[in-house]
Amino acid sequence: MFKALRGHPLTYLTLVAVAFFSAFPVYWSVIVASHDNAALAEVPPPLLPGGNFFANVQRVFDTAPFALALLNSFVVAGTITVSVMFFSTLAGFAFAKLRFRGRNALLLMTVVTMMVPTQLGIIPLYMLMIKLEWTGTMYAVIVPALVNAFGVFFMTQYLSRALPTELLEAGRIDGCSTARLFWHVVLPAARPAAAVLGMLTFMTAWNDYFWPLVVLTPDNPTVQVALSQLASGYVRDFTLGLTGTAVATLPLVLIFVLLGKQIIGGIMQGAVKG
Amino acid sequence: MATPPGGSVRTVAPSPGGPPAAQSSPSGPSGTGGPAPATTASGWRSRLHRLDRQASPYAYVAPFFLLFAAFGIFPLIYTAWVSLHDWNLLSSDNPFIGLDNYTALFADGYFWNAAFNTLSIGVLSAVPQLLLALVLAHLLNRPLRAQTLFRITLLLPNVTSVVAVVVIFSQLFGRDFGLINMVLDWLGFGRINWQAGVASSHVAIAVMIMWRWAGYNALIYLAAMQAVPKEIYEAATLDGASSLRQLWGITLPMIRPTVIFTVIVTTIGSMQIIAEPLLFGAQVSNGAAATGGTDRQFQTLALYLYEKGFRSFEFGYASAAAWMMFLLVVVVVGFNYLVVRRMRGGLDV
Repeated sequence: MFKALRGHPLTYLTLVAVAFFSAFPVYWSVIVASHDNAALAEVPPPLLPGGNFFANVQRVFDTAPFALALLNSFVVAGTITVSVMFFSTLAGFAFAKLRFRGRNALLLMTVVTMMVPTQLGIIPLYMLMIKLEWTGTMYAVIVPALVNAFGVFFMTQYLSRALPTELLEAGRIDGCSTARLFWHVVLPAARPAAAVLGMLTFMTAWNDYFWPLVVLTPDNPTVQVALSQLASGYVRDFTLGLTGTAVATLPLVLIFVLLGKQIIGGIMQGAVKG
Repeated sequence: MATPPGGSVRTVAPSPGGPPAAQSSPSGPSGTGGPAPATTASGWRSRLHRLDRQASPYAYVAPFFLLFAAFGIFPLIYTAWVSLHDWNLLSSDNPFIGLDNYTALFADGYFWNAAFNTLSIGVLSAVPQLLLALVLAHLLNRPLRAQTLFRITLLLPNVTSVVAVVVIFSQLFGRDFGLINMVLDWLGFGRINWQAGVASSHVAIAVMIMWRWAGYNALIYLAAMQAVPKEIYEAATLDGASSLRQLWGITLPMIRPTVIFTVIVTTIGSMQIIAEPLLFGAQVSNGAAATGGTDRQFQTLALYLYEKGFRSFEFGYASAAAWMMFLLVVVVVGFNYLVVRRMRGGLDV
């Protein structure tokens, strides 16, 4: 039908070029991570992975508390993900399908606060953490992130579209309480969107840098904080920094390769409604 | 809409008031027979049911709002209060000083320097990024081989963390061993000390931001483009409109809400840039991290806020900077919104 728009060679050429530039820096980090520092000064530089990767990884774990950092990040991102998925579905159900006084005002407030830069409140949040004596602990990173406005908005959008009101009414007539409805009707229906929200939340939590940097100490860091310590300073050990990068990025890239299609679907779905 | 089932249950109860049900509920378990226990049991149940219907919605949004109020809303508002004080982490006495922090801020050259850097890096990263995203989405919006592979590769940079991005690109932009300088040298342009100059450092940071976000925005545009009816393109193709003309003449006007959405989100994001300059400076020295380079050549507003708040712990002053930053975000977002809306007239076919 419309031939001009089908895969023109130039289209492929452009896309392949862009794909190359998207993937190359990540690939480059693997190359650097698998050589020693001397290889970086060579002209032309090495373009294939070398055999030094595991020796470098060993060095990373010797230099920084990377094992602890990985563990911390798994606990932090895991807890936040489960919590955001659950509370967003709960609140999203109420906003999408239940009628109550103040519903619209509360929903509007949620949407508006999504637009406010988070850094605006960072000083008082830090003061609050000092008051609670949470600085330097994972509570300071986990608790403020247990819920977020985006998640509630996302689940509200999804449930108002995907959850048939008739199904809920049928459950009501059968004498289901709201809690039973949530457990047996809403949760199963919410699963696809909750999964996407979970993946996005995990990625965000895993990659979060600024707040953990502010509130944690160098001896008990998350992965991103440990990585930034590894990669900064006077000594330019690029191999060390980029090996740390590879180790810190690996879990996410694995998730992404396995579930990339769903993540992309989720982002595009959210975009149409957003 | 939700009233029918609730209403029908309510009519079963003899009286909707409290006292009758309360009186009859003790007799319920004893079961004196006849229709009476049935009515009382259902009366008790209907009360419980009504309570469930009325209280549940609040119970369900409560966890979100309680946590959000404590760790989201409260700090936002409290910032304004702190900004009116001479508030320092180390001093026990925090006197009220009115708008003095704001007056000092307006006279602070470093603040305006940071504001300029933020706008400069923002323009340099956002405009090419969104244009590129638009073209990419346009190219992907057709039956292609390896469609999924292209999409996944485009989103790969977005999965990479900010720290990883800056570490990788700092190596690529390195003065002595960086791949980019190596290529420039080979092409005969000479090496650039990327961190040293205002323009070069802004370009380097903008490239990092672009690399991380262009693919993400392309997917958002693609999602919107797929909702545009294909017949329009077919008609335009028959009329001999080129692919690029179709992008500007048809696609862009049709996906305008999404364009406005991405412009707003990207603007808000680029006004808050902090990790990139912080880590880019840390490659030079630890001292150059919070100042955004040795001469503050790439210190953004958020980084300025970080320096004041978490290096010298001047909470009051940093809070004033946060509010000014917020005002600037509102102004710039409003301005961009008006610009994008005005584009409407020029783009209509």
